[in-house]
Amino acid sequence: MTLVSAPTEAVPISVLRTIKLPRLAKRHPLVFASGGFVLLLILLALAAPLYAGDPLNVDPFKRLQPPTSEFWFGCDNLGRDVFARTVFGAQISLMVGLISTATAALAGLLIGIISGYNRRLDNIIMRIMDGLMSIPTILLAIALVSLTRGGVGILIVAITIPQIPSVARLVRSVVLSVRERPYVEAALCGGARLPKVLWRHILPSTIPPLMVQSANVCASAILVEAGLSFLGAGVSPEIPSWGNMISSSRIYLATAPLTVFAPGICLALTILAVNLLGDGLRDLFDPRSKRRG
Amino acid sequence: MTGPLLKVENLTKHYTVGAGFLRKSVPVVRAVEDVSFSVEAGETLCVVGESGCGKSTIARLLMRIVEPTSGRVMIDGTDIAGLKKEPLRAWRRRMQMVFQDPYSSLNPRLTAEQIITEPVENFERLRRKQRQALAADLLRKVGMSPEMMHRLPSELSGGQRQRLGIARALSLQPSLIIADEAVSALDVSVQAQILNLLLDLQQQMNIAFVFISHDLSVVHHIGHRVAVMYLGRIVELAPCEALFANPVHPYTEALLAAAPVPDPTRVRLEVPLEGEVPSPIDPPHGCAFHPRCPLAIERCREVLPALVPMADGRVVACHVRAPAPATDFSGQPPAPAMLARSCATSTVSS
Repeated sequence: MTLVSAPTEAVPISVLRTIKLPRLAKRHPLVFASGGFVLLLILLALAAPLYAGDPLNVDPFKRLQPPTSEFWFGCDNLGRDVFARTVFGAQISLMVGLISTATAALAGLLIGIISGYNRRLDNIIMRIMDGLMSIPTILLAIALVSLTRGGVGILIVAITIPQIPSVARLVRSVVLSVRERPYVEAALCGGARLPKVLWRHILPSTIPPLMVQSANVCASAILVEAGLSFLGAGVSPEIPSWGNMISSSRIYLATAPLTVFAPGICLALTILAVNLLGDGLRDLFDPRSKRRG
Repeated sequence: MTGPLLKVENLTKHYTVGAGFLRKSVPVVRAVEDVSFSVEAGETLCVVGESGCGKSTIARLLMRIVEPTSGRVMIDGTDIAGLKKEPLRAWRRRMQMVFQDPYSSLNPRLTAEQIITEPVENFERLRRKQRQALAADLLRKVGMSPEMMHRLPSELSGGQRQRLGIARALSLQPSLIIADEAVSALDVSVQAQILNLLLDLQQQMNIAFVFISHDLSVVHHIGHRVAVMYLGRIVELAPCEALFANPVHPYTEALLAAAPVPDPTRVRLEVPLEGEVPSPIDPPHGCAFHPRCPLAIERCREVLPALVPMADGRVVACHVRAPAPATDFSGQPPAPAMLARSCATSTVSS
């Protein structure tokens, strides 16, 4: 065992702090690859203005032009740079995905912990969650967008709300099972106050399943955003987004396939990577399936 | 200090099963029914009985992990069953618990140091140096090397984990430790080590134990007094030696007869116990033991026997073996004391 060699330094509590990249790559190639891909995607999206052209620039002379050294993915029906639009589209997709995931995860965590620890509130909260769960995402989004002026913010709200119940239920179920564990009872017997018990003994157990669930939420958020944009209920059509691009180019699938395939493949790869990352994280965080990385 | 360290009076716990929205009639599990006992400082009281007789519930009631339905738990004369959260927290320092399962009672994500110093940190802030010194000290007390403090529970053996559980209980320097089946999850050789550790600690620090077990040899080894429970009630409470030498209640007798003794030449008492333990949802009327009792008489079916003090300091709840003074009942004549005495002597002497 490698553990014996380093007894002097204080051993950190968190698994996160002990992750070393080369070992991670070796033991969890899936996490490494998918996590790397997602990170790369985020960096590319953020750095888009530095290397990609103007995604909004219309040039009718370049309509449906095949790929050239200047326009790597060719141009769309209005002569806009497909590569630039794909890269800037990643910004929208990732932003919607990450923000709605973070919001849903935090809200779900909070609701789940309260619900798991307070029986009286539990009944009320869970009935509300059941209600929320029955709202179809797409219908809610269409309703919200048509009631308001639309925009990314509304889109994020519409995508987040239906995701909260699944996270809250998951967290609640973990809290319900963990709160009965003898070590939680032992902590209470030792005179720990409830917030400390929640923070130190219950919360950490909810993180791994929350991670996995967040990855699923993120993947579906990105997909729903693309779907809404495709339907015209998402971001406004001139803004590059993968859904918009597929929607506006779909009739040119035969003449300029890249205008559809570029955003489509990006969308598929992103969702695949996010899902794989979720699965990999589950293995990584499970204290039984591995020792410290 | 006057009076016993721990005094339990008429402690009762009823669980409702299947309670929920839209369900009105709810069956009640009588887990612990009208239990009273006391523990002196430095004493070991063992609680024995079959599975499901309410032993563990007593431990949880004493620690206020579950709330009693009624009854009092008094430490140094203060009733902790009625305390609110914050005052109760202060009383936690007086009594600690060692849990049955050394695997699930330690948080798998914390190091040994964090686990055993946590109770102290609930009451005072420790600097890192202080915390490590405390952890090292506690580990030494339970016979472990201080270097173990950086280990996670998963890197320790079952015996070491249970030592951690004991170290955690010791950290607040309690005067009473409740051990709920503290050794039953361990190998026999490790059991002996842990039991001797507990005995040593008791001598050094004058700690009282409430030791809950189903293992009579363990009880014999460490107990001063023994309470025998059946279906949520104490049926016999006696000094350890007296109980093992001369069980009075027929259930105690059957329990002792069923325990293995490492002596092939011993002639075993044959007290066959037939049937199952009745359900605590619907306990038998009268004495709960009467459907299985070889000595049961008519009265046992009708009247719940009270705990009657005997000459050697024990209390027994049995109409046949320990008839109550014949003042309180009418109708059924009390079982003759002669019969009880002859019964007791004949079975024990064989």
